[in-house]
Amino acid sequence: MNKQVREPLFHISKRGDMPWYFGWSIRAAAIILALISCGIISTLVTGENPIQIYATIIDGSFGSMRKFWVLLQNTAMLLCVALALTPAFKMRFWNLGGEGQALAGALAAAACMILMKGQSNALVMSCMVITSILAGALWGCIPAFFKAKFNTNETLFTLMMNYVAIQLVAYFSVVWENPKGSGNIGVINPNSMIGWFPTIGGQKYLLNVLIVAVITIGMYIYLNYSKQGYEIAVVGESERTARYVGIKVEKVIIRTMLISGAICGIAGLLLVGGTNHTLNSAIVDGRGFTAVMVAWLAKFNPIWMIFTSFLLVFLGRGAGEIATDFGLNQSYGDILTGIILFFIIGSEFFITYKLSFHKASKKEEK
Amino acid sequence: MIEFIISFLPRAIAQGIPLLYGSTGEIITQKSGNLNLGIPGVMYVGGICGVIGAFLYEQSLPSPEAMNSLLAVLIPTLCCLLGSLLMGLLFCFLTVTLRANQNVSGLALTTFGVGFGNFFGGSLVKLSGADMPFLALSATSNCFKKSLPIADKMGVLGDLVFGYSFLVYLAIAIALVASYIINRSRIGLHLRAVGENPSTADSAGINVNRYKYLATCIGCMIAGLGGLYYVMDYASGIWANDAFGDRGWLAIALVIFTIWRPNVGVLASFLFGGLYILHMYIPSGMNLAVKELYKMLPYVVTIIVLIISSLRNQRDKQPPASLGLAYFREDR
Repeated sequence: MNKQVREPLFHISKRGDMPWYFGWSIRAAAIILALISCGIISTLVTGENPIQIYATIIDGSFGSMRKFWVLLQNTAMLLCVALALTPAFKMRFWNLGGEGQALAGALAAAACMILMKGQSNALVMSCMVITSILAGALWGCIPAFFKAKFNTNETLFTLMMNYVAIQLVAYFSVVWENPKGSGNIGVINPNSMIGWFPTIGGQKYLLNVLIVAVITIGMYIYLNYSKQGYEIAVVGESERTARYVGIKVEKVIIRTMLISGAICGIAGLLLVGGTNHTLNSAIVDGRGFTAVMVAWLAKFNPIWMIFTSFLLVFLGRGAGEIATDFGLNQSYGDILTGIILFFIIGSEFFITYKLSFHKASKKEEK
Repeated sequence: MIEFIISFLPRAIAQGIPLLYGSTGEIITQKSGNLNLGIPGVMYVGGICGVIGAFLYEQSLPSPEAMNSLLAVLIPTLCCLLGSLLMGLLFCFLTVTLRANQNVSGLALTTFGVGFGNFFGGSLVKLSGADMPFLALSATSNCFKKSLPIADKMGVLGDLVFGYSFLVYLAIAIALVASYIINRSRIGLHLRAVGENPSTADSAGINVNRYKYLATCIGCMIAGLGGLYYVMDYASGIWANDAFGDRGWLAIALVIFTIWRPNVGVLASFLFGGLYILHMYIPSGMNLAVKELYKMLPYVVTIIVLIISSLRNQRDKQPPASLGLAYFREDR
């Protein structure tokens, strides 16, 4: 051959089995690198010294008892949506509709609180639980049905369902507006507190945290130790294998999305009944999207998700605190979150693949 | 009726143009098999980079009269293209070179891009020392909004056909050219091959990664222009945080609605623009709630198209077969 073949600088190959801590140490390194670059950027933007920046980040979450509880509450809510999406993701069903499913649940819960005037608290609350779970499940089931029957692209379908839900909530926000003409629903039942979740031990958010903790453990057991969880894993790995061994793929898809939507519905219920006691189209606050990243970063393991959701909420609140303290715009938090995500996403490559450099390429030439 | 058309149509078109830019860019990207859910973020970045360019140019001038209209258009446009190109490169680096999950990377890109836009937008507002929570670049906007001089002389036809700024015609031209290249040229054939079946394309000697990089970066630059058009023309040079709203997602909806055909996107974007503002023309009286339901229409229509196209299951009306999947030669 006349043409000289250019040797690539390095060769990429897949890694084989490796100890479990290997992947996590790479991820930890990525997070540390991300934090360092966030510190550098913040230093450049604010002109403060880096230690001050990190102190502010920590202060944003642990500065006071109230901030700490807000941190726990936000972590629990994000974790709840992430847990809901996990069974679908394990099935390789890209449910980007967490936002809409949670909103559907929130809408149902708020509807019970508003429309069931003069009923007892227990009745209203049980109706809230049932309807919001059903609403979330329904919202998740619609794309699943079409995916199962006609193989409709679920990523785009669930994405569009979010905006249908948002507009639906916007519609009811005007219908139930209080006071008239304000265009939004104020705090529902502020005096009778009907439909408000009880406070345990004087902590407003403790009940939410406990419920999500139960769901976390339940989801871990469901995915790892139940027959249905196994079926989900098989469908996710290979649909053909699943059909071959006699798993009804359509049934599994619809059933899993019912569960996924139902837990999203619970997240909506907790947001309305246990947290905000009101309804607006921004109540889920983008958690449906952030949860996708939480679940993916934890490799769909419910226990690891506690850490990833905590990490994202912690950093988000820290960045928010930097923004407030140094007079920056609140969107600064989004930029930092984005940068950290890029680092973690990029680090996955080094976990899955191995780079081997061609040091001795010249000697090989004959 | 004529009056209604004259008032409705230009506004629908003005609403549709950002969507057209976004969807043309996303179609080119998706044809290469990359599902870039970062388009909303890219459009924000495109918009804010144009604003930064225009702001710096306006600040550097001694007086608004000294403005050179060619430079006033060129500087923001180049800034916008550069900003969105960087976003595209970032997405490609993550998904093509590092083979990361496209959905997750795209969503992270959107978080980052929207945050970037709002952060710098808010900071510029503070820098300009205005009392209002927005930044007005009317002088630059006037340069962008110049329409053909013959438009005034032609009455109704002038208003409906010739009365727009150059970015509108550019959007239509890009969409038509993109459609021609994708469907009629060798490059387009290779691009589609990469999106449908990268390993086959690879064995045919097509450089898969180069096509993915080029398609995604060009797609992002086109989408970024949508953000620029929105700020400079539609919003008359006024940047307000979050004003761009959910148009980025609507652009992705438009991709499905047109079944991956940019030439159809021209008319479909006008239709979406019309649906987007339809609620302003509905005589609903005091019932404001119904308007919120009308805003749902573009999404519902998209879902219906998605379902119908999967029901009919024709081969030419499907998403690219390897959409959303990373390609690794040794995985075959």
